[in-house]
Amino acid sequence: MTAARALLDIKGVETYYGNIRALSGVDVAVNEGEIVALIGANGAGKSTLMMTIFGTPRARRGTITFAGTDITDLPTHEIARLRIAQSPEGRRIFPRMTVMENLQMGASLDNLKYYDEDVEKVFTLFPRLKERIAQRGGTLSGGEQQMLSIGRALMARPKLLLLDEPSLGLAPLIVKQIFDAIRELNRTQGLTVFLVEQNAFGALKLATRGYVMVNGVVTMSGTGKDLLANPEVRAAYLEGGRH
Amino acid sequence: MQYFVQQMVNGLTLGSIYGLIAIGYTMVYGIIGMINFAHGDIFMLGAFVALIVFLILTSLFYSVHVVLFLLVMMVVAMVMTSLYNWTIEKVAYRPLRGSFRLAPLITAIGMSIALSNFVQVTQGPRNKPIPPMVSTVYNVNGISISLKQIIIVVVTVSLLALFWYLVNKTSLGRAQRACEQDRKMAALLGIDVDRTISITFVMGAALAAVAGTLFLMYYGVVAFSDGFVPGVKAFTAAVLGGIGSLPGAMLGGLMIGFIESMWSAYFSIDYKDVAAFSILAIVLIFLPSGILGRPEVEKV
Repeated sequence: MTAARALLDIKGVETYYGNIRALSGVDVAVNEGEIVALIGANGAGKSTLMMTIFGTPRARRGTITFAGTDITDLPTHEIARLRIAQSPEGRRIFPRMTVMENLQMGASLDNLKYYDEDVEKVFTLFPRLKERIAQRGGTLSGGEQQMLSIGRALMARPKLLLLDEPSLGLAPLIVKQIFDAIRELNRTQGLTVFLVEQNAFGALKLATRGYVMVNGVVTMSGTGKDLLANPEVRAAYLEGGRH
Repeated sequence: MQYFVQQMVNGLTLGSIYGLIAIGYTMVYGIIGMINFAHGDIFMLGAFVALIVFLILTSLFYSVHVVLFLLVMMVVAMVMTSLYNWTIEKVAYRPLRGSFRLAPLITAIGMSIALSNFVQVTQGPRNKPIPPMVSTVYNVNGISISLKQIIIVVVTVSLLALFWYLVNKTSLGRAQRACEQDRKMAALLGIDVDRTISITFVMGAALAAVAGTLFLMYYGVVAFSDGFVPGVKAFTAAVLGGIGSLPGAMLGGLMIGFIESMWSAYFSIDYKDVAAFSILAIVLIFLPSGILGRPEVEKV
């Protein structure tokens, strides 16, 4: 599966909240140019894995390598500076900053050097944000916040984009719009994407490969198509619990 | 009427100094949610550095332009005081950041005592007077406005303008506001949160140092214990204006200044502090998060 060296290589990672183990022995690899989906139920540890990549919380065991650099113990902001961007769980828009300022925060790695150029790309993907440019982040609707969160992550010119539940709580039409945008970015710019989803069907259709996580353990992996066809996956995540 | 306007002028002067100190409280609270009780003593330290610079300057030069004097005093005080506050944050507050909420608060009170005792031991416990630096007084329609008061207001206004620009228009200010709203997210975007917090302490200390220099110039005297009362008043100002809000801090400072000068003018000077704190209590009953503060719970 990992013929070439993976862009993001997670090996044997264990993460704890206090004494509670949230991840145990997680192995995940994301190759350059792929869209990889991680699916699983509520509380399986998907978001924890996303945040562990950024060192909050830190992995207690195992290693995380990005583009050949061991990032397991790097400070969070230095991990971001290697060009990993995340649209995190709960979107985490800066509520008292305008849409523009939120996007500028995304571009702070390059000190706004490519801001004008990149912001146009974001507006092409999400024209809605352009209309809302002077509005405060906290006053946006859920879907708009999601677009802003993804747009802000893209402003960092990432080599790897981490998306945590981009479809959460959104109308189907907007979900489709966001998934189309992700596919588009991957195809035209070769952006590598690692996404976490509860919407297993949409995510697996979008993804090159997928992983299934149950209670902090990766139980299955394979291509998006294989997982979609897998009866266990279908039973657990796609057909509303029909066993 | 004349008397009233006169008191307005005095209140404005006093309020400017409180406001400058209050900004330091409110900024630090905004970014790490802690009341830096040592901030009043940082202000006192600024006044002492200014005093020392003044004594050195007067012994070296016979007569130099007073504005130049003040400028040098201010700059040196800002640098030295910032250095103190930067160090305090690093050694006393940062290690406690993950700790329970009261820990840094107690440490701040300890730092406050340590700073004032340090100055008491090294500089002596007595009041340190300086000869009047500026004594010109203008008379406008029977209202006397001293040059000192004009300097205080002008310096405060120009510093606030600079400060407003820094916070609202630069990437540093944006990073500060981001850390204030969501520290974890700021780090995810590559912002060095620790560094941003350090800079916040440095900025707060620099403003307090200017307030200290102005205080020394205005009253012509400073003592090691002078950090406490202005510190508490400035803290009150920050709470009154809405802690965490920068315009609120300045507004609160001006209000406390006005209340004090008006109360001393029309009622009893002995009760001016009682008046200031009573108004704080009354305002907080009706506006629990201060005048310009935002409510704790936010809809996101």
